[in-house]
Amino acid sequence: MYQFSRWKYWLVIIVVVLGTLFALPNVFGTAPALQLSRNDRAAMDEAGQQRVVGVLETAKAAPEASYLEKDRLVLRFADPQQQAAARDAIIKGTSGDYLVALSDVPRTPEWMRKVGLKPMSLGLDLRGGVHFVYEVDIQGALAQAVERMERDVRTSLRDKRIPYGAVTSSSGVVRVVLRNASDLQAAMDALKAPDGSLQITSGEGADGAYVEMRMTPPELKRRQDVAIEQNITTLRNRVDELGIAEPIVTRQAANRIVVQLPGVQDPNEAIRVLGATATLEFRLVDEANNPYEAESSKRVPIGSKLYKERNGRPILLKREMIATGEQLTDASSSFQEGQPQVNVKLDARGGQSMLNATRDNVGRRMAVVYIAKKQLAEGEQCKGVRSGAICTEEDVISAATIQSVLSSSFRITGLQANEARELALLLRSGALAAPQTIVEQRSVGPSLGADNIRRGWHAMAVGLVLTFAFMAMYYRAFGWIANAVLAANLVLTVGLLSLLQASLSLPGIAAVVFHLGIAVDANILIYERIREELRAGNSPLSAINAGFEKAFATIADSNVTTLIAGVVLFAFGTGTIRSFAIVMTLGILTSLFTSVVGSRALVHWIWGRRARLAHLPI
Amino acid sequence: MEFFHKVTTYPFMHTRRMWYGVSSVAIIASIVLLFWHGLNLGIDFTGGVVLEFQYPQKADLEKTRATLEGKFTHPQVQNFGDDRTVAVRLLPQANQDVNAVSKAVMDELQRVDPQVKLQRAEVVGPQVGEELTNQGGLAILFTFLLIGLYTWFRFQWKMGISAIIATLHDPLIILGFFAITQITFDLAVLAAILAVIGYSLNDTVVVFDRVRENFHKTRRASSEEVMDASINQTLSRTIITSGATLLVVVVLLIMGGETLRGFSWALTIGIIVGTYSSIYVAGALALDMKLSARDLMEHKEETSKVDAMP
Repeated sequence: MYQFSRWKYWLVIIVVVLGTLFALPNVFGTAPALQLSRNDRAAMDEAGQQRVVGVLETAKAAPEASYLEKDRLVLRFADPQQQAAARDAIIKGTSGDYLVALSDVPRTPEWMRKVGLKPMSLGLDLRGGVHFVYEVDIQGALAQAVERMERDVRTSLRDKRIPYGAVTSSSGVVRVVLRNASDLQAAMDALKAPDGSLQITSGEGADGAYVEMRMTPPELKRRQDVAIEQNITTLRNRVDELGIAEPIVTRQAANRIVVQLPGVQDPNEAIRVLGATATLEFRLVDEANNPYEAESSKRVPIGSKLYKERNGRPILLKREMIATGEQLTDASSSFQEGQPQVNVKLDARGGQSMLNATRDNVGRRMAVVYIAKKQLAEGEQCKGVRSGAICTEEDVISAATIQSVLSSSFRITGLQANEARELALLLRSGALAAPQTIVEQRSVGPSLGADNIRRGWHAMAVGLVLTFAFMAMYYRAFGWIANAVLAANLVLTVGLLSLLQASLSLPGIAAVVFHLGIAVDANILIYERIREELRAGNSPLSAINAGFEKAFATIADSNVTTLIAGVVLFAFGTGTIRSFAIVMTLGILTSLFTSVVGSRALVHWIWGRRARLAHLPI
Repeated sequence: MEFFHKVTTYPFMHTRRMWYGVSSVAIIASIVLLFWHGLNLGIDFTGGVVLEFQYPQKADLEKTRATLEGKFTHPQVQNFGDDRTVAVRLLPQANQDVNAVSKAVMDELQRVDPQVKLQRAEVVGPQVGEELTNQGGLAILFTFLLIGLYTWFRFQWKMGISAIIATLHDPLIILGFFAITQITFDLAVLAAILAVIGYSLNDTVVVFDRVRENFHKTRRASSEEVMDASINQTLSRTIITSGATLLVVVVLLIMGGETLRGFSWALTIGIIVGTYSSIYVAGALALDMKLSARDLMEHKEETSKVDAMP
């Protein structure tokens, strides 16, 4: 009789039990569901849950289950009809307090969900959805920053009452010419950034004394990161507004952003909402000049700019901006006495500037310019200024009389209900920090996704049955051990994938199938070795031992090479290919364990404990 | 059941000159084909637009082609999987917004037949395509580098070099296969090739492990005899493992659907060629590099100990 350490049996049992536990959530399938989040984006609480469930119970559309998850309320239904009925009931019964997203959720029992056991997460090619990669135009972001610097220069010098001439900028350097050379020191002090983020130089040119400013290299780097972070935040907010369950918005490489929207069917609609950038400019109306005269003569008074109102009438606005969308911290739409309105909140600087501008101008008009930048579809007309495929449309959406001195919180009226809602949505999402373009887009319809899942699992089932049959036929009783080990190996791989929540794509399923072949290899190596030892005249027990011992070095060696390929693939691959790499790598690790430790434990348990063994069923 | 009841004694190494010839012809043919035909690269690498549409009835390819011809430059229209599904592929023109193009194609087809449904859309900008191509090349390079380092470290250098050459042989022939058949070469195929590199080397490693063991055991035999014996001793395992893996990969080829077609072909060809190359190419090369028992002397014995009976 051979020794086989008892702790190894326990190790195998514990690993298999844990693996089964982690893999278990996958057997329950999914059910149609609604995911609700609050319109004001506060976290959903139990009071909200009770309210919604109450509404559904009175509407006779009670869910199968309801629970809170990640600030959202999840309602699970038996079938899509109930799901649709419940959605209508919620929209009617809660006066639009919640954003409702349709989705599928796993039907796992409550106790599993509570301890955090989840099924594998499926990639977009399996569940259907849209995948975008945006590239952020860093140069564009920096150009915007320089523009802002220019504006700040004017404000700072005016505040300190230092007379200045032209303010110009080229290749990141802002240059201001002073009227009096004696102001040079004062101007430099006024312009100095308190955090040292600007390099300031001065000199004497043909046009007089000047000051030049540029951002320091660390500041440039910081601005780039901030620009991308801000775009990510903005995209995240917009995606939230779309009411999609489980969206993903992450940074990829230095200047790319990946957006994944499961379940979205029309990529173009998503592109439109994600891609349109809107901002606001608050400007005073130039009441002193006649806009019709300016329009017909094409001569716009200095300090003013000609715009068009929504109804097509021309209007002259002061060039001086009071506040911009960047200073906007919040915008929401509501009804006041039956009229739609947008409530706007500005940050401190915007509020201060609003206070200054409106203090002396009560009774005059302030206009809100709505600037939309969007990607034009082929053949679509641009009503504004076109540059390439980007269309910039500027619209004066309101020119309201200033009723009182305003500061950081005020409202805009004079919009249609749907305009107010859309404006609030786009404003709340904030202006994008930097221009961005879509460089990659992949979308898969839900029926194709379901097709892919079906194909993948069918291939796996057939592959598994064939492998089982082959092994059982070729190695008899030992073949069934290999099969048990192979099954355990699959369970462990699925368990690990569920635990890691790495998304599984169609190539991932293919890797599971391919892996079946690789996983039996370790067993084949061992059994061939055992047969060889038997042929060499060794006793069955020593043949088993020698077979496992001698095969181990070969198994380890041969798996390392496939492991290397898997790791390289993981490092270089993205998206669906990464899933292939993950499954391949995990599969090799689990098969090393199951075939070397698991299979040996099983063989020892069955044959190793017998004192006399004349013949091996191999 | 047992296919190889006794250890076979095929004189594999005796005919190695002939197999060198076969492999050389296959490799040269692959390279010529690669230059002459080229690969039908997928949009992952070229950039562009692929749209998959499904019609409620059999799709009329001619009509679809006629609809798109003229409005778009060189549209490729073909069936995808079944006769109701049509894949349209367009190459990007300079400075063209690929997303706008994809939308325009959809509008155009829906105008002709409103019942057509968009199943899948893939849009890859030319810059992303270029990056993926570079990354793919780098991935293959790194895999070879790391695997080369591993075999060099784990085996004797002559064996390492032979293993790497035998492994290089396989992706080349897969590429040749993709050049002849013009099956779309996409990212999934590249992934399959990397998997094949690992897999094929796995076979070679098993044979070389045995070679090392046999050199230690039988000092008196000639190198050719040791090599033949090692290949014959592992032949059963090589054939059974390859057979089992081929079995599941062929299932994938038949049942995996159109999306996995190229991927499954690459694995199928790779397993067949990989098995051949680890029998005929790797061992033969090591032999012709005059691998002998002396080369393996300085290595420590790898054979394991057997536990004592209690």
